[in-house]
Amino acid sequence: MSFPEPRLPIHTALGTGVQPGSTSFTDYLAATAPHLLPGRMPEASQLQGHTAAPRTPGLDVPHGTTIVALTFADGVVIAGDRRATMGNMIAQRDIEKVFITDSFSAVGIAGSAGIAVEMVRLFTVQLEHYEKIEGVPLSLDGKANQLAAMVRGNLGAAMQGFVVVPLFAGYDTDATDPTAAGRIVTFDATGGRYEEKLGFHAVGSGSVFARGALKKLHDPAADLGGAIRTAVESLYDAADDDSATGGPDLIRHIYPVVVSITGDGAVHHPDADIAEVTAAVVNHRTTRPGG
Amino acid sequence: MTMPFYSSVDQLLRDRSELARKGIARGRSVVVLTYADGVLFVAENHSPSLRKVSEIYDRIGFAAVGRYNEFESLRTNGVRLADVRGYSYDRRDVTGRWLANAYAQFLGPSFIEQQKPFEVELCVAEVGIEAAADQLYRITYDGSITDEPQFVVMGGQTDPISSSMRSSYQEGSGLADALAVAVKALQSAPAPGPASNGPAAARILGVSALEVAVLDRARLPRRAFRRITGATLHDLLPAENRGTPDADQETGGDDAPAASGAESTS
Repeated sequence: MSFPEPRLPIHTALGTGVQPGSTSFTDYLAATAPHLLPGRMPEASQLQGHTAAPRTPGLDVPHGTTIVALTFADGVVIAGDRRATMGNMIAQRDIEKVFITDSFSAVGIAGSAGIAVEMVRLFTVQLEHYEKIEGVPLSLDGKANQLAAMVRGNLGAAMQGFVVVPLFAGYDTDATDPTAAGRIVTFDATGGRYEEKLGFHAVGSGSVFARGALKKLHDPAADLGGAIRTAVESLYDAADDDSATGGPDLIRHIYPVVVSITGDGAVHHPDADIAEVTAAVVNHRTTRPGG
Repeated sequence: MTMPFYSSVDQLLRDRSELARKGIARGRSVVVLTYADGVLFVAENHSPSLRKVSEIYDRIGFAAVGRYNEFESLRTNGVRLADVRGYSYDRRDVTGRWLANAYAQFLGPSFIEQQKPFEVELCVAEVGIEAAADQLYRITYDGSITDEPQFVVMGGQTDPISSSMRSSYQEGSGLADALAVAVKALQSAPAPGPASNGPAAARILGVSALEVAVLDRARLPRRAFRRITGATLHDLLPAENRGTPDADQETGGDDAPAASGAESTS
Protein backbone atom coordinates (compact mmCIF):
# COMPACT_ATOMS: atom_id res chain seq x y z
CA MET A 1 0.00 0.00 0.00
CA SER A 2 1.39 3.35 -0.94
CA PHE A 3 0.95 6.39 1.21
CA PRO A 4 -0.24 9.23 -0.98
CA GLU A 5 1.80 12.39 -0.93
CA PRO A 6 -0.18 15.42 0.14
CA ARG A 7 -1.49 16.77 -3.11
CA LEU A 8 -1.12 20.50 -3.08
CA PRO A 9 -1.42 21.95 -6.53
CA ILE A 10 0.07 25.34 -5.80
CA HIS A 11 -1.86 26.89 -8.64
CA THR A 12 -5.30 25.91 -7.49
CA ALA A 13 -4.40 26.23 -3.85
CA LEU A 14 -3.15 29.78 -4.09
CA GLY A 15 -5.36 30.92 -6.91
CA THR A 16 -9.01 30.83 -7.64
CA GLY A 17 -9.54 27.10 -7.17
CA VAL A 18 -10.89 27.61 -3.67
CA GLN A 19 -14.14 29.18 -2.60
CA PRO A 20 -13.34 32.57 -1.16
CA GLY A 21 -14.49 33.24 2.36
CA SER A 22 -14.35 29.68 3.64
CA THR A 23 -12.96 29.56 7.14
CA SER A 24 -13.09 25.82 7.72
CA PHE A 25 -9.82 23.95 7.60
CA THR A 26 -11.69 20.64 7.66
CA ASP A 27 -13.65 21.55 4.54
CA TYR A 28 -10.49 22.60 2.79
CA LEU A 29 -8.78 19.37 3.76
CA ALA A 30 -11.79 17.35 2.59
CA ALA A 31 -11.61 19.09 -0.79
CA THR A 32 -7.86 18.97 -1.36
CA ALA A 33 -6.41 16.14 0.74
CA PRO A 34 -9.26 13.95 2.06
CA HIS A 35 -6.90 11.10 2.93
CA LEU A 36 -5.55 13.24 5.78
CA LEU A 37 -8.86 13.40 7.63
CA PRO A 38 -9.03 11.27 10.77
CA GLY A 39 -11.45 8.38 10.95
CA ARG A 40 -11.44 7.72 7.22
CA MET A 41 -11.86 3.99 7.82
CA PRO A 42 -12.28 1.35 5.17
CA GLU A 43 -15.77 -0.14 5.12
CA ALA A 44 -16.24 -3.14 7.43
CA SER A 45 -16.45 -5.47 4.42
CA GLN A 46 -12.99 -4.34 3.29
CA LEU A 47 -11.34 -5.26 6.54
CA GLN A 48 -10.41 -8.79 5.50
CA GLY A 49 -10.58 -11.19 8.40
CA HIS A 50 -12.02 -8.51 10.63
CA THR A 51 -15.64 -8.74 9.58
CA ALA A 52 -16.85 -9.82 12.99
CA ALA A 53 -20.01 -8.39 14.48
CA PRO A 54 -19.78 -4.61 14.95
CA ARG A 55 -19.82 -4.90 18.71
CA THR A 56 -16.52 -6.79 18.82
CA PRO A 57 -13.91 -4.70 17.09
CA GLY A 58 -11.54 -6.71 14.97
CA LEU A 59 -8.49 -4.70 15.96
CA ASP A 60 -7.06 -4.34 19.41
CA VAL A 61 -6.04 -0.70 19.65
CA PRO A 62 -5.21 1.44 22.67
CA HIS A 63 -8.10 3.02 24.50
CA GLY A 64 -7.92 6.10 26.63
CA THR A 65 -9.72 5.93 29.93
CA THR A 66 -10.82 8.61 32.40
CA ILE A 67 -11.14 12.39 31.98
CA VAL A 68 -12.70 14.74 34.52
CA ALA A 69 -13.65 18.40 34.27
CA LEU A 70 -15.05 20.79 36.86
CA THR A 71 -15.70 24.48 37.15
CA PHE A 72 -14.35 26.72 39.87
CA ALA A 73 -14.59 30.39 40.78
CA ASP A 74 -12.29 31.70 38.01
CA GLY A 75 -12.86 29.17 35.25
CA VAL A 76 -12.61 25.48 34.64
CA VAL A 77 -10.16 22.61 35.29
CA ILE A 78 -9.84 19.53 33.09
CA ALA A 79 -7.66 16.56 34.01
CA GLY A 80 -6.98 13.04 32.86
CA ASP A 81 -5.19 9.93 34.05
CA ARG A 82 -2.20 8.64 32.07
CA ARG A 83 -3.20 5.11 31.15
CA ALA A 84 -4.12 3.62 27.77
CA THR A 85 -5.37 0.02 27.71
CA MET A 86 -5.64 -2.62 25.02
CA GLY A 87 -8.02 -5.26 26.28
CA ASN A 88 -6.64 -6.32 29.66
CA MET A 89 -3.18 -4.98 28.86
CA ILE A 90 -1.74 -1.61 29.73
CA ALA A 91 -0.81 -0.19 26.33
CA GLN A 92 0.86 2.94 27.64
CA ARG A 93 1.54 4.28 31.11
CA ASP A 94 2.18 7.90 30.32
CA ILE A 95 -0.18 8.80 27.48
CA GLU A 96 -1.43 12.39 27.48
CA LYS A 97 -5.14 12.65 26.90
CA VAL A 98 -5.82 16.28 27.76
CA PHE A 99 -4.85 18.85 25.12
CA ILE A 100 -4.91 22.62 25.06
CA THR A 101 -6.69 23.38 21.79
CA ASP A 102 -6.44 27.17 21.83
CA SER A 103 -5.93 30.01 24.32
CA PHE A 104 -9.30 29.42 26.02
CA SER A 105 -10.23 25.80 25.43
CA ALA A 106 -9.01 22.28 26.07
CA VAL A 107 -10.21 18.82 25.15
CA GLY A 108 -9.80 15.53 27.00
CA ILE A 109 -10.35 12.30 25.14
CA ALA A 110 -11.60 8.86 26.05
CA GLY A 111 -12.10 5.96 23.68
CA SER A 112 -10.07 4.83 20.71
CA ALA A 113 -6.82 6.71 21.30
CA GLY A 114 -5.43 6.80 17.76
CA ILE A 115 -8.51 8.36 16.20
CA ALA A 116 -9.13 10.61 19.19
CA VAL A 117 -5.63 12.11 19.20
CA GLU A 118 -5.89 12.73 15.47
CA MET A 119 -9.29 14.32 15.93
CA VAL A 120 -7.96 16.71 18.57
CA ARG A 121 -5.04 17.60 16.31
CA LEU A 122 -7.44 18.47 13.50
CA PHE A 123 -9.67 20.37 15.93
CA THR A 124 -6.70 22.42 17.14
CA VAL A 125 -5.71 23.36 13.60
CA GLN A 126 -9.34 24.12 12.79
CA LEU A 127 -9.58 26.65 15.64
CA GLU A 128 -6.26 28.28 14.78
CA HIS A 129 -7.14 28.36 11.09
CA TYR A 130 -10.40 30.17 11.75
CA GLU A 131 -8.65 32.63 14.02
CA LYS A 132 -5.96 33.41 11.45
CA ILE A 133 -8.33 33.79 8.51
CA GLU A 134 -10.99 35.77 10.35
CA GLY A 135 -8.73 37.73 12.68
CA VAL A 136 -10.95 36.86 15.66
CA PRO A 137 -11.34 33.56 17.52
CA LEU A 138 -14.39 31.36 17.18
CA SER A 139 -17.04 31.72 19.93
CA LEU A 140 -17.08 29.03 22.62
CA ASP A 141 -20.32 27.53 21.29
CA GLY A 142 -18.87 27.60 17.79
CA LYS A 143 -15.90 25.58 19.01
CA ALA A 144 -18.16 23.03 20.74
CA ASN A 145 -20.29 22.67 17.60
CA GLN A 146 -17.20 22.10 15.48
CA LEU A 147 -16.08 19.32 17.78
CA ALA A 148 -19.58 17.79 17.72
CA ALA A 149 -19.44 17.69 13.92
CA MET A 150 -16.09 15.89 14.06
CA VAL A 151 -17.42 13.29 16.50
CA ARG A 152 -20.45 12.78 14.25
CA GLY A 153 -18.12 12.33 11.27
CA ASN A 154 -16.57 9.41 13.14
CA LEU A 155 -19.91 7.59 13.51
CA GLY A 156 -19.00 4.96 10.91
CA ALA A 157 -15.84 4.05 12.78
CA ALA A 158 -17.73 4.19 16.09
CA MET A 159 -20.13 1.53 14.76
CA GLN A 160 -17.11 -0.70 14.23
CA GLY A 161 -15.99 -0.21 17.79
CA PHE A 162 -13.67 2.78 17.46
CA VAL A 163 -15.66 5.20 19.57
CA VAL A 164 -14.25 8.61 20.48
CA VAL A 165 -15.77 10.47 23.43
CA PRO A 166 -14.25 13.91 23.96
CA LEU A 167 -14.85 16.17 26.90
CA PHE A 168 -14.64 19.85 26.08
CA ALA A 169 -13.81 22.57 28.60
CA GLY A 170 -13.54 26.23 27.78
CA TYR A 171 -13.62 29.75 29.13
CA ASP A 172 -16.24 31.92 27.48
CA THR A 173 -14.59 35.31 27.01
CA ASP A 174 -17.96 36.79 25.97
CA ALA A 175 -19.67 35.79 29.22
CA THR A 176 -21.11 38.68 31.21
CA ASP A 177 -20.78 36.83 34.51
CA PRO A 178 -17.16 35.77 35.07
CA THR A 179 -18.18 33.05 37.55
CA ALA A 180 -20.22 31.37 34.79
CA ALA A 181 -17.53 31.71 32.12
CA GLY A 182 -15.99 28.29 32.72
CA ARG A 183 -18.04 25.78 30.74
CA ILE A 184 -18.04 22.04 30.14
CA VAL A 185 -19.55 20.33 27.10
CA THR A 186 -19.92 16.58 26.59
CA PHE A 187 -20.63 14.59 23.43
CA ASP A 188 -21.98 11.21 22.49
CA ALA A 189 -20.85 9.02 19.59
CA THR A 190 -23.56 10.38 17.29
CA GLY A 191 -22.33 13.94 17.72
CA GLY A 192 -24.89 14.90 20.35
CA ARG A 193 -23.69 17.92 22.27
CA TYR A 194 -24.66 18.49 25.88
CA GLU A 195 -23.76 21.36 28.14
CA GLU A 196 -23.04 20.31 31.72
CA LYS A 197 -24.79 22.97 33.75
CA LEU A 198 -23.96 21.36 37.08
CA GLY A 199 -20.33 22.26 36.59
CA PHE A 200 -18.64 18.86 36.61
CA HIS A 201 -18.47 15.80 34.42
CA ALA A 202 -16.33 12.76 33.65
CA VAL A 203 -15.98 10.47 30.64
CA GLY A 204 -14.29 7.13 30.06
CA SER A 205 -14.23 3.79 31.80
CA GLY A 206 -13.64 5.18 35.28
CA SER A 207 -16.15 8.00 34.87
CA VAL A 208 -18.78 6.42 37.11
CA PHE A 209 -16.47 6.49 40.11
CA ALA A 210 -14.95 9.85 39.25
CA ARG A 211 -18.38 11.39 38.91
CA GLY A 212 -19.39 9.96 42.28
CA ALA A 213 -16.38 11.62 43.86
CA LEU A 214 -17.01 14.90 42.03
CA LYS A 215 -20.63 14.95 43.14
CA LYS A 216 -19.48 15.00 46.76
CA LEU A 217 -16.40 17.18 46.39
CA HIS A 218 -17.16 19.74 43.69
CA ASP A 219 -17.38 23.30 44.93
CA PRO A 220 -18.18 25.88 42.22
CA ALA A 221 -16.76 28.65 44.43
CA ALA A 222 -13.42 26.91 45.09
CA ASP A 223 -10.12 28.50 44.13
CA LEU A 224 -7.72 27.03 41.59
CA GLY A 225 -5.80 24.98 44.15
CA GLY A 226 -9.01 23.51 45.53
CA ALA A 227 -10.28 22.63 42.06
CA ILE A 228 -7.03 20.88 41.11
CA ARG A 229 -7.12 18.92 44.37
CA THR A 230 -10.71 17.83 43.65
CA ALA A 231 -9.75 16.75 40.14
CA VAL A 232 -6.85 14.66 41.41
CA GLU A 233 -9.05 13.16 44.17
CA SER A 234 -11.70 12.12 41.66
CA LEU A 235 -9.09 10.54 39.35
CA TYR A 236 -7.70 8.68 42.34
CA ASP A 237 -11.18 7.30 43.09
CA ALA A 238 -11.60 6.28 39.44
CA ALA A 239 -8.27 4.43 39.49
CA ASP A 240 -9.19 2.88 42.83
CA ASP A 241 -12.20 1.05 41.42
CA ASP A 242 -11.60 0.89 37.66
CA SER A 243 -8.75 -1.32 36.47
CA ALA A 244 -8.39 0.60 33.20
CA THR A 245 -7.71 3.94 34.89
CA GLY A 246 -4.16 4.59 36.01
CA GLY A 247 -3.53 5.88 39.50
CA PRO A 248 -0.65 8.24 40.26
CA ASP A 249 2.60 6.33 39.62
CA LEU A 250 4.91 7.55 42.40
CA ILE A 251 7.68 5.17 41.38
CA ARG A 252 7.95 6.37 37.79
CA HIS A 253 6.80 9.92 38.64
CA ILE A 254 3.78 9.81 36.34
CA TYR A 255 1.00 12.14 37.47
CA PRO A 256 -2.33 13.20 35.97
CA VAL A 257 -2.31 15.87 33.27
CA VAL A 258 -4.08 18.95 34.61
CA VAL A 259 -5.08 21.97 32.52
CA SER A 260 -6.81 25.01 33.96
CA ILE A 261 -8.53 27.66 31.86
CA THR A 262 -9.25 31.11 33.24
CA GLY A 263 -9.57 34.61 31.89
CA ASP A 264 -5.76 34.61 31.55
CA GLY A 265 -5.81 31.63 29.21
CA ALA A 266 -5.25 27.89 29.30
CA VAL A 267 -2.35 26.61 31.39
CA HIS A 268 -0.85 23.14 31.47
CA HIS A 269 0.23 22.69 35.09
CA PRO A 270 3.80 21.40 35.38
CA ASP A 271 4.42 17.93 36.78
CA ALA A 272 6.20 19.35 39.83
CA ASP A 273 3.01 21.13 40.97
CA ILE A 274 0.80 18.11 40.35
CA ALA A 275 3.30 15.85 42.13
CA GLU A 276 2.80 17.97 45.24
CA VAL A 277 -0.99 17.77 45.07
CA THR A 278 -0.83 14.04 44.35
CA ALA A 279 1.48 13.47 47.31
CA ALA A 280 -1.00 15.27 49.57
CA VAL A 281 -3.91 13.18 48.25
CA VAL A 282 -1.99 9.90 48.61
CA ASN A 283 -0.87 10.90 52.08
CA HIS A 284 -4.43 11.62 53.12
CA ARG A 285 -5.59 8.29 51.68
CA THR A 286 -3.07 6.32 53.73
CA THR A 287 -5.00 7.38 56.82
CA ARG A 288 -8.45 7.34 55.20
CA PRO A 289 -8.52 5.08 52.10
CA GLY A 290 -12.02 6.25 51.22
CA GLY A 291 -10.92 9.88 50.96
CA MET B 1 -10.03 39.95 -43.66
CA THR B 2 -9.15 40.99 -40.16
CA MET B 3 -5.60 41.29 -39.07
CA PRO B 4 -4.84 39.86 -35.59
CA PHE B 5 -3.40 42.40 -33.23
CA TYR B 6 0.23 41.87 -32.62
CA SER B 7 2.13 42.98 -29.58
CA SER B 8 5.60 41.79 -28.81
CA VAL B 9 6.00 39.78 -25.63
CA ASP B 10 8.44 42.36 -24.49
CA GLN B 11 5.87 45.13 -24.88
CA LEU B 12 3.12 43.11 -23.17
CA LEU B 13 5.21 42.37 -20.12
CA ARG B 14 6.44 45.93 -19.91
CA ASP B 15 2.86 47.22 -19.97
CA ARG B 16 1.78 44.79 -17.28
CA SER B 17 4.79 45.63 -15.21
CA GLU B 18 4.03 49.34 -15.45
CA LEU B 19 0.41 48.77 -14.50
CA ALA B 20 1.38 46.73 -11.47
CA ARG B 21 4.07 49.13 -10.32
CA LYS B 22 1.81 52.16 -10.59
CA GLY B 23 -1.00 50.36 -8.79
CA ILE B 24 1.29 49.46 -5.92
CA ALA B 25 2.87 52.91 -5.77
CA ARG B 26 -0.49 54.52 -5.02
CA GLY B 27 -0.82 52.76 -1.69
CA ARG B 28 0.70 53.46 1.68
CA SER B 29 3.90 51.75 2.65
CA VAL B 30 4.96 48.91 4.90
CA VAL B 31 8.33 48.42 6.58
CA VAL B 32 9.46 45.01 7.81
CA LEU B 33 12.69 44.85 9.79
CA THR B 34 14.56 42.52 12.09
CA TYR B 35 15.26 43.60 15.67
CA ALA B 36 16.87 41.98 18.69
CA ASP B 37 13.92 39.72 19.60
CA GLY B 38 12.56 38.87 16.17
CA VAL B 39 10.88 40.61 13.28
CA LEU B 40 8.93 43.87 13.42
CA PHE B 41 6.18 44.85 10.95
CA VAL B 42 5.15 48.48 10.75
CA ALA B 43 2.49 49.53 8.25
CA GLU B 44 0.84 52.84 7.64
CA ASN B 45 -2.77 51.74 7.75
CA HIS B 46 -5.76 53.82 8.74
CA SER B 47 -8.13 50.87 8.91
CA PRO B 48 -8.32 48.91 12.17
CA SER B 49 -9.76 45.87 10.40
CA LEU B 50 -8.46 45.69 6.82
CA ARG B 51 -5.04 44.35 7.72
CA LYS B 52 -1.84 44.58 5.78
CA VAL B 53 0.13 42.49 8.25
CA SER B 54 -0.94 39.08 9.48
CA GLU B 55 -0.02 35.75 10.92
CA ILE B 56 0.55 32.77 8.64
CA TYR B 57 2.03 30.15 10.93
CA ASP B 58 4.04 29.59 14.09
CA ARG B 59 7.18 31.38 12.90
CA ILE B 60 5.87 33.08 9.77
CA GLY B 61 4.33 36.49 9.27
CA PHE B 62 3.02 38.16 6.14
CA ALA B 63 2.93 41.77 5.01
CA ALA B 64 1.54 43.10 1.78
CA VAL B 65 0.86 46.27 -0.15
CA GLY B 66 -1.26 46.88 -3.22
CA ARG B 67 -4.82 45.81 -3.89
CA TYR B 68 -6.53 44.55 -0.77
CA ASN B 69 -8.68 41.84 -2.39
CA GLU B 70 -5.70 40.41 -4.23
CA PHE B 71 -3.29 40.16 -1.33
CA GLU B 72 -6.07 39.07 1.03
CA SER B 73 -6.77 36.06 -1.17
CA LEU B 74 -3.02 35.34 -1.35
CA ARG B 75 -2.82 35.57 2.43
CA THR B 76 -5.84 33.30 3.01
CA ASN B 77 -4.50 30.68 0.68
CA GLY B 78 -1.07 30.95 2.24
CA VAL B 79 -2.66 30.17 5.62
CA ARG B 80 -4.45 27.20 4.04
CA LEU B 81 -1.29 25.84 2.45
CA ALA B 82 0.72 26.28 5.63
CA ASP B 83 -1.94 24.63 7.80
CA VAL B 84 -2.23 21.64 5.48
CA ARG B 85 1.52 21.26 5.35
CA GLY B 86 1.88 21.51 9.11
CA TYR B 87 -0.98 19.06 9.58
CA SER B 88 0.31 16.46 7.14
CA TYR B 89 4.00 16.70 8.07
CA ASP B 90 4.86 18.54 11.24
CA ARG B 91 4.61 22.12 12.45
CA ARG B 92 8.38 22.49 12.20
CA ASP B 93 8.26 21.66 8.49
CA VAL B 94 6.43 24.86 7.60
CA THR B 95 9.15 27.34 6.69
CA GLY B 96 9.29 30.85 5.33
CA ARG B 97 11.48 29.79 2.42
CA TRP B 98 8.90 27.22 1.35
CA LEU B 99 6.02 29.69 1.54
CA ALA B 100 7.94 32.43 -0.26
CA ASN B 101 8.67 29.97 -3.04
CA ALA B 102 5.02 28.96 -3.24
CA TYR B 103 4.02 32.61 -3.66
CA ALA B 104 6.73 33.24 -6.23
CA GLN B 105 5.73 30.18 -8.21
CA PHE B 106 2.14 31.34 -8.22
CA LEU B 107 2.79 35.00 -9.06
CA GLY B 108 5.37 34.27 -11.78
CA PRO B 109 3.11 32.32 -14.15
CA SER B 110 0.14 34.58 -13.32
CA PHE B 111 2.14 37.58 -14.46
CA ILE B 112 2.89 35.95 -17.80
CA GLU B 113 -0.43 34.24 -18.47
CA GLN B 114 -3.07 36.54 -17.04
CA GLN B 115 -4.38 39.70 -18.69
CA LYS B 116 -4.07 41.74 -15.55
CA PRO B 117 -1.14 41.15 -13.23
CA PHE B 118 -1.49 41.06 -9.46
CA GLU B 119 -0.98 44.59 -8.15
CA VAL B 120 0.71 43.38 -4.99
CA GLU B 121 4.04 43.15 -3.31
CA LEU B 122 4.52 40.70 -0.47
CA CYS B 123 6.95 40.11 2.35
CA VAL B 124 7.16 36.71 4.01
CA ALA B 125 9.12 36.88 7.26
CA GLU B 126 10.29 34.08 9.47
CA VAL B 127 11.65 34.37 12.99
CA GLY B 128 14.40 31.92 13.89
CA ILE B 129 15.60 30.42 17.15
CA GLU B 130 18.44 32.95 17.06
CA ALA B 131 18.77 36.32 15.38
CA ALA B 132 21.02 34.97 12.61
CA ALA B 133 18.20 32.67 11.48
CA ASP B 134 15.62 35.44 10.92
CA GLN B 135 14.61 35.67 7.28
CA LEU B 136 12.85 38.27 5.19
CA TYR B 137 11.69 37.48 1.66
CA ARG B 138 10.33 40.06 -0.73
CA ILE B 139 8.09 38.75 -3.51
CA THR B 140 6.99 41.13 -6.23
CA TYR B 141 4.04 41.10 -8.66
CA ASP B 142 6.03 39.21 -11.32
CA GLY B 143 7.17 36.44 -9.00
CA SER B 144 10.66 37.80 -8.41
CA ILE B 145 11.90 36.82 -5.01
CA THR B 146 14.70 38.36 -3.00
CA ASP B 147 16.11 37.52 0.36
CA GLU B 148 16.72 40.72 2.34
CA PRO B 149 19.05 40.56 5.30
CA GLN B 150 17.88 43.53 7.36
CA PHE B 151 14.71 45.26 6.24
CA VAL B 152 12.11 45.37 3.47
CA VAL B 153 10.32 48.52 2.34
CA MET B 154 7.27 48.09 0.13
CA GLY B 155 4.46 50.23 -1.22
CA GLY B 156 4.11 53.83 -2.30
CA GLN B 157 6.92 56.34 -2.13
CA THR B 158 9.61 53.90 -1.16
CA ASP B 159 12.70 55.95 -2.07
CA PRO B 160 12.66 58.35 0.88
CA ILE B 161 11.65 55.51 3.21
CA SER B 162 14.44 53.23 2.00
CA SER B 163 17.07 55.92 2.32
CA SER B 164 15.86 56.82 5.80
CA MET B 165 15.99 53.16 6.79
CA ARG B 166 19.46 52.73 5.32
CA SER B 167 20.82 55.63 7.30
CA SER B 168 19.21 54.84 10.65
CA TYR B 169 18.73 51.07 10.76
CA GLN B 170 20.86 49.27 13.33
CA GLU B 171 21.08 45.57 13.78
CA GLY B 172 20.06 44.12 17.12
CA SER B 173 18.21 47.18 18.41
CA GLY B 174 15.40 46.89 20.95
CA LEU B 175 11.71 46.96 20.07
CA ALA B 176 11.09 50.63 20.87
CA ASP B 177 14.20 51.77 18.97
CA ALA B 178 13.36 49.62 15.94
CA LEU B 179 9.81 50.97 15.96
CA ALA B 180 11.07 54.55 16.14
CA VAL B 181 13.35 53.95 13.15
CA ALA B 182 10.52 52.45 11.10
CA VAL B 183 7.99 55.14 12.00
CA LYS B 184 10.47 57.89 11.21
CA ALA B 185 11.11 56.27 7.82
CA LEU B 186 7.40 55.97 7.03
CA GLN B 187 6.90 59.63 7.94
CA SER B 188 9.56 60.69 5.49
CA ALA B 189 7.29 59.81 2.57
CA PRO B 190 4.57 62.23 1.47
CA ALA B 191 0.95 61.13 1.92
CA PRO B 192 -0.39 59.31 -1.11
CA GLY B 193 -3.03 60.88 -3.28
CA PRO B 194 -3.09 64.06 -5.35
CA ALA B 195 -0.01 66.12 -4.58
CA SER B 196 -0.91 69.33 -2.82
CA ASN B 197 0.65 72.59 -3.81
CA GLY B 198 3.53 73.86 -1.76
CA PRO B 199 5.86 71.87 0.43
CA ALA B 200 4.35 68.80 2.11
CA ALA B 201 3.66 69.29 5.81
CA ALA B 202 5.67 67.07 8.16
CA ARG B 203 3.62 63.99 8.87
CA ILE B 204 3.19 62.49 12.31
CA LEU B 205 1.83 58.96 12.37
CA GLY B 206 0.01 58.15 15.62
CA VAL B 207 -1.55 54.99 17.03
CA SER B 208 -4.58 55.18 14.74
CA ALA B 209 -2.49 55.43 11.57
CA LEU B 210 -0.17 52.53 12.32
CA GLU B 211 -0.52 48.79 12.20
CA VAL B 212 2.26 47.16 14.21
CA ALA B 213 3.01 43.50 14.85
CA VAL B 214 6.01 41.38 15.81
CA LEU B 215 7.21 37.83 15.41
CA ASP B 216 8.48 37.45 18.95
CA ARG B 217 11.31 34.96 19.40
CA ALA B 218 10.36 34.49 23.06
CA ARG B 219 7.03 32.92 22.06
CA LEU B 220 8.57 30.11 19.99
CA PRO B 221 8.01 27.26 19.24
CA ARG B 222 4.29 28.07 18.94
CA ARG B 223 2.59 31.09 17.43
CA ALA B 224 5.19 33.87 17.58
CA PHE B 225 2.99 36.48 15.89
CA ARG B 226 1.62 39.19 18.16
CA ARG B 227 -0.10 42.43 17.31
CA ILE B 228 0.85 45.55 19.20
CA THR B 229 -2.14 47.83 19.50
CA GLY B 230 -3.79 50.46 21.67
CA ALA B 231 -2.11 51.44 24.90
CA THR B 232 0.84 49.09 24.40
CA LEU B 233 1.62 50.67 21.04
CA HIS B 234 1.06 54.15 22.43
CA ASP B 235 3.67 53.60 25.14
CA LEU B 236 6.20 52.15 22.70
CA LEU B 237 6.01 54.99 20.18
CA PRO B 238 8.42 57.93 20.30
CA ALA B 239 7.08 60.81 22.42
CA GLU B 240 6.15 63.03 19.46
CA ASN B 241 3.90 60.29 18.03
CA ARG B 242 1.89 59.79 21.21
CA GLY B 243 -0.33 62.85 20.91
CA THR B 244 -3.99 62.43 20.06
CA PRO B 245 -4.32 63.03 16.32
CA ASP B 246 -6.73 65.62 14.97
CA ALA B 247 -9.73 63.54 14.00
CA ASP B 248 -8.35 60.90 11.66
CA GLN B 249 -10.38 61.45 8.52
CA GLU B 250 -8.40 59.17 6.28
CA THR B 251 -9.90 55.92 5.12
CA GLY B 252 -8.26 52.53 5.19
CA GLY B 253 -8.27 49.86 2.52
CA ASP B 254 -7.64 50.47 -1.17
CA ASP B 255 -6.39 53.88 -2.12
CA ALA B 256 -7.18 53.70 -5.83
CA PRO B 257 -9.39 51.63 -8.14
CA ALA B 258 -8.04 48.48 -9.81
CA ALA B 259 -5.52 48.98 -12.58
CA SER B 260 -5.64 52.73 -12.06
CA GLY B 261 -2.03 52.72 -13.15
CA ALA B 262 -3.19 52.12 -16.73
CA GLU B 263 -5.02 55.42 -17.15
CA SER B 264 -2.22 57.52 -15.81
CA THR B 265 -0.22 59.49 -18.33
CA SER B 266 2.82 60.17 -16.25
